[in-house]
Amino acid sequence: MIQSRERPLVRLSGLKRYFDVSPPWLARVLERKPAAIVQAVDGVDIEIHRGETFSLVGESGCGKSTVARLVVGLYTPTAGAIEFDGMDMGEKRSASAMSAIRRRMQMIFQDPYASLNPRWRVFDIIAEPIRAFRLASSKQEIEERVHALLRQVRLTPADGSKFPHEFSGGQRQRISIARALASRPEFLVCDEPTSALDVSVQAQILNLMTELQRDFGLTYLFISHNLAVVYHISTRVGVMYLGRLVEVSVTDRLFRRPKHPYTRMLLDTIPDLEMSGRQRNPVGGEVPSPINPPSGCAFHPRCPFANERCRIERPLLLPIEGGTVACHGIEEGRIAIEDRGLRGPARAVK
Amino acid sequence: MSTGSNRPPLLEVRNLRVEFPTRRGTLVAVDDVSFDIAPGEVLGVVGESGAGKSLTGAAIIGLLEPPGRIGGGEVRLEGERIDNLPYERLRRIRGARIGAIFQDPLTSLNPLYSVGQQLVETIQTHLPLSASRARERALELLREVGIPAAEARIDHYPHQFSGGMRQRVVIALALCANPRLIIADEPTTALDVSIQAQIIALLKRLGREHGTAVMLVTHDMGVIAETADRVAVMYAGRLAEIGPVRDVVKDAKHPYTHGLMGSIPSIGERHERLLQIDGAMPRLTEIPSGCAFNPRCPQAGERCLRERPDLMSAGSTRAACWLYDRGGVGAKLRRETVDA
Repeated sequence: MIQSRERPLVRLSGLKRYFDVSPPWLARVLERKPAAIVQAVDGVDIEIHRGETFSLVGESGCGKSTVARLVVGLYTPTAGAIEFDGMDMGEKRSASAMSAIRRRMQMIFQDPYASLNPRWRVFDIIAEPIRAFRLASSKQEIEERVHALLRQVRLTPADGSKFPHEFSGGQRQRISIARALASRPEFLVCDEPTSALDVSVQAQILNLMTELQRDFGLTYLFISHNLAVVYHISTRVGVMYLGRLVEVSVTDRLFRRPKHPYTRMLLDTIPDLEMSGRQRNPVGGEVPSPINPPSGCAFHPRCPFANERCRIERPLLLPIEGGTVACHGIEEGRIAIEDRGLRGPARAVK
Repeated sequence: MSTGSNRPPLLEVRNLRVEFPTRRGTLVAVDDVSFDIAPGEVLGVVGESGAGKSLTGAAIIGLLEPPGRIGGGEVRLEGERIDNLPYERLRRIRGARIGAIFQDPLTSLNPLYSVGQQLVETIQTHLPLSASRARERALELLREVGIPAAEARIDHYPHQFSGGMRQRVVIALALCANPRLIIADEPTTALDVSIQAQIIALLKRLGREHGTAVMLVTHDMGVIAETADRVAVMYAGRLAEIGPVRDVVKDAKHPYTHGLMGSIPSIGERHERLLQIDGAMPRLTEIPSGCAFNPRCPQAGERCLRERPDLMSAGSTRAACWLYDRGGVGAKLRRETVDA
């Protein structure tokens, strides 16, 4: 774990976001339907340090994208605080002070087809943040900056005069990255940036992101459901289940010595490209609805180690081996922690 | 190439060509594709979007969307030619002898009928069973694909099932008439990883227990590695490589397959950079002459620009690449690398 004494760039504490999905009031009264609240994010604490890539991983509905949107301010938190470089994002500020903070964080979205305005030329798409944050004074300066950005993402200045539909998915994601970099941010939130891309293009984008991080000292919050991609790109990983973090650890240790039973289950689902003939044990059951999450530990209905305490008491994230885990079984020592090797129980033999 | 069994192939595809007539000429989306599937075998068909893998599957079961059409070649099921059958005859075969599973389980099910009604209808279309016997068989199928409390669930509607459970229902539908072959087009793509693992395990078990052959179309090499016996890699409408899955995954011969495998992040080996194939797959309108992969191929020679390679023996697999021809690739090309 990065034991930096310096202040983390981003700190989330007790972050919650609930969504009201109740039926309309009249239907509730007439059909006696109860109010329904989705607890999309239910108390998440994360510290992200400068220069690292922190990944959130989990299945659909676990709340990882909601965290991403909370961090950049696309949602307001129901409770909890988001601190960016020591500043509380919930505090009231003048518009110009807020804009100065906003400039420092940007987001890349999953769908490169939906996140670019089809009526704008690529040049204007990339120039928009430069104009909005008044980062350049003259037309010529804007032009130079946009051309430099296009080159940084391995496109050509001539591509600026085209429209998004003229590009492939991978090229569009490059345009999104150029736009995100236009305001010279320090912190990028990437919500499944490669999930819509083919693997060979995914490799190009991941390589590009690694290069840009090195060149500009960027900090990433990376959201993905693909464990192999997360393994490749992250410094640290947080595993989410039903709106809560169940385990946070340095990447290598998380994959080598997973502790939480859910993390183990996720790792077991990774298809085995090494053809070691290892048997996967698919865990039964599915992610329960976040409207009525199970009591106690949310994972207990699917957990092979669950006991009475797990059904009643919600486990807290407690430090263990340099990471943190929210599991009664681990805390009590009921569940043995094993080195599973990086490829599961049976090591691949070449 | 067969897996070593002497049984005649269940499905033979010979020089299949799928084309789309357009105002500016005919686009060839699947070009000269040939392969066999043996009884009980799982053949994976892998490729990136636009490689023609789904169209190949659709052409085999006669579900090409117009204006797409089979422009040449043959498809034989148990020796009988099925690509030129009239619609009604083919409809009988589809379902009875070939089952189909598609990516999105919600669009494969009719939202207005309970899953029981849909199963019973499909069973009675293909098998001479009374309504009550058909319902029994429907229950059996639901249990078989692992739907808990099948007696209660059989009268539920598709929207009352989760994504993974819906895909199980779709698989049960495909199994109604005990088909010899199932064509599964991205059956796990829309599902979460833990559900994906359950569905893969289910497909494997069904293949084993019923001797059903599966043509598994997917972009996910991981799913193929876990499930398939052999794999066919498609690129720009053509077969780039075909062979036993282990050999293709661990020791790919075609430069495209090699690059594709290298670009998948793998757990256990962390490199600063992933192996990267520059560029992108060509559009159907601009497929280069010679080998379709030549603009992106690090080993391309001048022969690759002129002559199109057919599948040829390359060690344990067959690859469409001049590297494995005695004549070689010719004079090596020099060029700068460009990104997509």
